[in-house]
Amino acid sequence: MCTGTMENNDDYVLNVSNLSVKLQNQTILDNVSFKLKRGTALAVLGPNGAGKTILFRALLNLVPYTGKIEWAEKVKIGYVPQNIAVDDIPISVKEFLSYKNHVNVESSLSPVRLSNKNVADKTLGVLSGGQLRRVLIAWALTDNPNVLLFDEPTTGVDHDTEEPIFATLSELKEKNKITILLITHDVHIVREYSDYLLALDGGVKFFGESKEIMNPSIQRIIYGETVCAGAPDENR
Amino acid sequence: MIGISVGVSAGYLGSLMVLKKMALVGDALSHVALPGLALGILFNFNPFFGAFAFLFASAVIIWHLGRVTKLPFETIVGAMFTVALAVGILLIPEPDLLEALFGDITKVTILETVVAVVISVMAVLLTKMIYRKLVLGMISEELAISKGIDVSRTNLLYLVLVSLVVAVGIKIVGTLLVGFLVIVPAAAAKNVSADLSKYAVLSASFGTVSTCSGILFSSYLNLPTGPLVVFSGIIVFLATVLVKWKAE
Repeated sequence: MCTGTMENNDDYVLNVSNLSVKLQNQTILDNVSFKLKRGTALAVLGPNGAGKTILFRALLNLVPYTGKIEWAEKVKIGYVPQNIAVDDIPISVKEFLSYKNHVNVESSLSPVRLSNKNVADKTLGVLSGGQLRRVLIAWALTDNPNVLLFDEPTTGVDHDTEEPIFATLSELKEKNKITILLITHDVHIVREYSDYLLALDGGVKFFGESKEIMNPSIQRIIYGETVCAGAPDENR
Repeated sequence: MIGISVGVSAGYLGSLMVLKKMALVGDALSHVALPGLALGILFNFNPFFGAFAFLFASAVIIWHLGRVTKLPFETIVGAMFTVALAVGILLIPEPDLLEALFGDITKVTILETVVAVVISVMAVLLTKMIYRKLVLGMISEELAISKGIDVSRTNLLYLVLVSLVVAVGIKIVGTLLVGFLVIVPAAAAKNVSADLSKYAVLSASFGTVSTCSGILFSSYLNLPTGPLVVFSGIIVFLATVLVKWKAE
């Protein structure tokens, strides 16, 4: 396992080479390599069990791995996990956000279109799925990170709310040169809001520009020979 | 004095125990003190310190086994406490067994009171410092680690502090009932809390009310302290159930 920082390579924020993860004697990720440019968005796509979340856990140094993960110097990572356990914990939104120092609750919630008045005093456990995701995104943004890792950021979020969230992320990426890595199943999100696509299924099936997802030959690589051109379900 | 110390510290630390769904860990952990108490009695040193040593060592072993085996704390504590209970009961002379199991506040010395107060204050202050880290680790280990929190070390510190508080509580209510002090005040507080800071404060307050009123009733009625602390705490718990029921 080797986590390091990249030297003299200002263009790239992350360099992953020959990354493999084995858990309980099963290979979850095998020989994954890719590089990510600063200020770009990478969508990680793949079926359930493809190793998307494990890739993020490896990037956060939460699971043992072999290979190399190199982050650029002075990287500050914000992370939105797929699941959190809040049902039995009487913690209010205000308290949760205040766990990050000097947080103004109102200004933290406004980018994710939540009203301070409506949710600040509610406990996390009573929020709707969509509200909870937005609070988590607000949490990730409060530290002014330069890299954001989103594990299915819009799980449980309705379509009306989804667009403003991704619009906010795009804005952050453009304005603040934030690099975004997001796991998604949604081809529309890949096409509209990411620059690069990493298709996983244990190993790398495809890594390249996101616009390639509309290319039938690339779709065949990602989805297999049985899927016809133009077939990916855009979920909308 | 010792009643307030134990009540505040057990209630405060217990609030996290209940959130971590480790309530029975606190209870079972208390039994691990028995061999330590036995050694103190047999080799004629203060059993209180024997209990400290055993609980401290157990906390470290439980934490380490948890990391290595990935088994839940409850499973490891469950295995350890039954062995400790068996060893303790075999080693402790019968006349002293009752005091070890149910405590006896009338035999608390000034040194023990000072040690109990110092440990309780230290345990509460240190837990206050790591409270947010522990809660964040409970909500999501990934979130906590991504914020630079060493979840594993924080858990170890917490486990050691719980062990110390349990050792202090044993003197008042004994090894069999001390688990009550880390579970019930927190459960009562959870019934009536809408946010975490209120929950922690109420849990510590309910712990204090339980121990102090139990001690007072015990001296007034000339009955053993442990059971009366338990009864006082249960009354508090039932009152919060009523409050919650009415609110709904």
